[in-house]
Amino acid sequence: MRQNLYSAVFAAGITFVLTCLMIGVKLTSEGTQLKVVSATEAQWGWIFAGIALVFFSQLFRDQISAATAGIPRPKLATLVPEQVRSPKLKPWLLAALVVGLFVWPFMVSRGAVDLATLTLIYVMLGLGLNIVVGLAGLLDLGYVAFYAIGAYSYALLSSYFGLSFWACLPIAAVLAATFGFVLGFPVLRLRGDYLAIVTLGFGEIIRILLNNWTALTGGPNGISGIEKPTLFGLEFSRRASEGHVPFHEFMGIDYSSGHKVIFLYLIAVVLVIWVLFVINRLMRMPLGRAWEALREDEIACRSLGLNRTVIKLTAFTFGASTAGFAGCFFAARQGFISPESFVFIESAIILAIVVLGGMGSQFGVILAAIVMTILPEFAREFSEYRMLLFGLLMVLMMRWRPQGLLPSKRPHMELKR
Amino acid sequence: MSQLLLDVNGLTMRFGGLLAVNNVNLAVHNRQIVSIIGPNGAGKTTVFNCLSGFYIPSDGSVVFKGEQIAGLKDFRISRKGLVRTFQHVRLFSNMTVIENMLVAQHRHLDTNIAAGLFKTKRYRQLEQEAMDRAAYWLEQVDLLDFANREAGNLAYGQQRRLEIARCMVTQPELLLLDEPAAGLNPRETKQLDELIVQLRDEHEISVLLIEHDMSLVMGISDHIYVIAQGTPLADGTPDDVKQNPDVIKAYLGEE
Ligand SMILES: Nc1ncnc2c1ncn2[C@@H]1O[C@H](COP(=O)(O)OP(=O)(O)OP(=O)(O)O)[C@@H](O)[C@H]1O
Ligand SMILES: [Mg+2]
Repeated sequence: MRQNLYSAVFAAGITFVLTCLMIGVKLTSEGTQLKVVSATEAQWGWIFAGIALVFFSQLFRDQISAATAGIPRPKLATLVPEQVRSPKLKPWLLAALVVGLFVWPFMVSRGAVDLATLTLIYVMLGLGLNIVVGLAGLLDLGYVAFYAIGAYSYALLSSYFGLSFWACLPIAAVLAATFGFVLGFPVLRLRGDYLAIVTLGFGEIIRILLNNWTALTGGPNGISGIEKPTLFGLEFSRRASEGHVPFHEFMGIDYSSGHKVIFLYLIAVVLVIWVLFVINRLMRMPLGRAWEALREDEIACRSLGLNRTVIKLTAFTFGASTAGFAGCFFAARQGFISPESFVFIESAIILAIVVLGGMGSQFGVILAAIVMTILPEFAREFSEYRMLLFGLLMVLMMRWRPQGLLPSKRPHMELKR
Repeated sequence: MSQLLLDVNGLTMRFGGLLAVNNVNLAVHNRQIVSIIGPNGAGKTTVFNCLSGFYIPSDGSVVFKGEQIAGLKDFRISRKGLVRTFQHVRLFSNMTVIENMLVAQHRHLDTNIAAGLFKTKRYRQLEQEAMDRAAYWLEQVDLLDFANREAGNLAYGQQRRLEIARCMVTQPELLLLDEPAAGLNPRETKQLDELIVQLRDEHEISVLLIEHDMSLVMGISDHIYVIAQGTPLADGTPDDVKQNPDVIKAYLGEE
């Protein structure tokens, strides 16, 4: 009880400081002057109610957990029927899924396809960060920086040198990987906590750099008019630029803006499949096993001659290159990018996807990416509370399912005789 | 006399004011089993940590195969063929037995990434070789039937044997075993005894052993070093050491 009182006072104190700083007082600019504005009375009421809630829930946490122990927890593992888990059916199911992914967009609305494309970008990002956090156990809080590097590589290369999307895709991945390598090299020798801090800082540095290097990046105005991807040189606009043929003319069909949306979606599907393929192979390769081993017991790895810095660095670099990939595609899809798209919250969302999905589990990450991008769309009216909902979701997850929606089930190597 | 494999001179390790290892000398020749004994807290594990690069010795030289290795990174020393086990078992417990063996061969399998992504012929061949080597050593330690089990689910004695097999698959020349018999029953201890002798006689490697089980040590060692409170007390053949009055005093005095 005494212990609980301490932690209750402590938690309430932290809540007080944080809420006061974030909600209680605000800096607003009035003309040329900055003014400190206090919250309204009603807001203060809410703040103190919140602090009281934190205090009492901490004080009586034993009683609360005893009371909630009776509530049955969802058994997510049973959601997937037993037969589906049998290895024989798996290739067929996968094939059906892939075919479905390709056929589906032709039957639904443009908005849905667009949303699916966005979801696929987050799937890619989640899978990439999952290599770093889930497989190699390195906490990267600035993952969005590599995403930004990928996006800006394409935007800049395309607008300055007229390079095509397909040429930029590998370049963006390599550039992001290079940044990952250069950042990781000094940092990965340090302990885990430092990595989190340094990556957090790196994410901000990249964003601020993009914001201020106006001559190159256009600063806060960003870069617009980024070229869309083409299909073997066929463009998806009504009228093609010089020397190019529009897709609809080539095919002899009427122009529809939906074609472009579907085309982008299909590219995203292909990219996700490629990323999945690479990660799955990596996990069965010595390198992937080394990531896993390093997470399990670093000392044993060192005693067996594994160079931990190099192994961590490869994980970090692979993760970064995936983000570069995703970033390049993002820039192509949006046609417009600005530093606004690469704020810390993006890193947090991607990390939330990895945690929610179950660290290391690819299927879980895909599921979580879908949940995290589609739910907010349905809950538009709550958009102001989006972060609050994410926070709540994270707390509930940590409380009831710390291993994630679908905990990782690694493909095991088998000795066949 | 066979060739000198490991030559340690004046090895010293200080932790702040504590002198954990004080001026220790060791010599291990090819195809020898050499033991280090001494009371609890004598500094035996610290010696291992210095030799294997986990600690940088405060002073002294460590020459392995004619090359100074004191101060080298742990993984570099291991790659030179000096591999150790730990006093407390350190397996990758969520991985299977065979995967534990494959991780240890990381270096032998070091093909480029594209080769692995597209499973080239050479990659598959290397992988098969690694599998075969793993299977061979699992058979040597009597674990082949458990190859696809999770390492963490093995019995304690099996885990200790797996740790030795995992070292052996890296093809070392000198194996450092830190209390491998601790916690084993008499039958398992006898198996271990046979295994260590086999490593020397058939696989022609040397073993440096820390062990409290005196009958095991006296039975298999070619040479024994005794240290107490970090300081060398005596060394010689098992018979020399057994009759050394200082050693008797140190052990009896302790009890
Ligand atoms: N990293 C360290 N920092 C400070 N002191 C240490 C460190 N490692 C070992 N020691 C100290 O060095 C001394 C020797 O320890 P060591 O573990 O080498 O003994 P040991 O001979 O292996 O004993 P045991 O038979 O119990 O395994 C002990 O007093 C221990 O507390
Ligand atoms: Mg010890």
